[in-house]
Amino acid sequence: MTVRVVGFARARELLADRGQVSVADGGSIADAWAQLVTAIPELSELSASVRFAVDGALTRPEYGLRDGQELAILPPVGGG
Amino acid sequence: MSIESEAIDPRAVEDRVRAPGFGGVVTFVGVVRDTEDGRAVAALEYEAYESLALSEFDAIAVEVTARFGNVRLAIAHRVGRVAAGEIAVAVCAASEHRKAAFAACEFAIDAVKARAAIWKREMYADGRAAWKANA
Repeated sequence: MTVRVVGFARARELLADRGQVSVADGGSIADAWAQLVTAIPELSELSASVRFAVDGALTRPEYGLRDGQELAILPPVGGG
Repeated sequence: MSIESEAIDPRAVEDRVRAPGFGGVVTFVGVVRDTEDGRAVAALEYEAYESLALSEFDAIAVEVTARFGNVRLAIAHRVGRVAAGEIAVAVCAASEHRKAAFAACEFAIDAVKARAAIWKREMYADGRAAWKANA
């Protein structure tokens, strides 16, 4: 299945024009992240601190993705 | 609750929470500092995951009510380039009396900094730039 990927801040820069990732059916967010880190090794600098959202809601890494969902990559925040 | 791409007018944010029966209004205004860790800062560039940030602002307002009672809360946060000296964020809390308004306002800005889906890049006067996460 294919999941759309959107990154913010440093993750947006590192993802560049990569807008999707393919994972095996039943794969989790953690699986999708592992795919992305394999493709773009610099993303590993975020691995210890990254959070994820699926279709606009914060979601844990073990969440099972479905085809066509949007996975957002959220580095540590810096508002205020 | 709002994400703004133009200058924030704190008085306009305050007007969102003012109401009869709410005698204490506390406004926090966050302004871009011109130095950070000894480096001259020209501007901050903010970006937001807007729908998530707004839903987090709403959740903070619910939490504020649970902790401090009947509080009206408004949050406005900038995105885009915000020059040193300009307003990055305004948080306004109104309550029947001042103590809850002060406490709610402080809680809300701390929560915004800790978890709202907003990021900033420090643009230094020497032309360099770096993403900066909150401590």
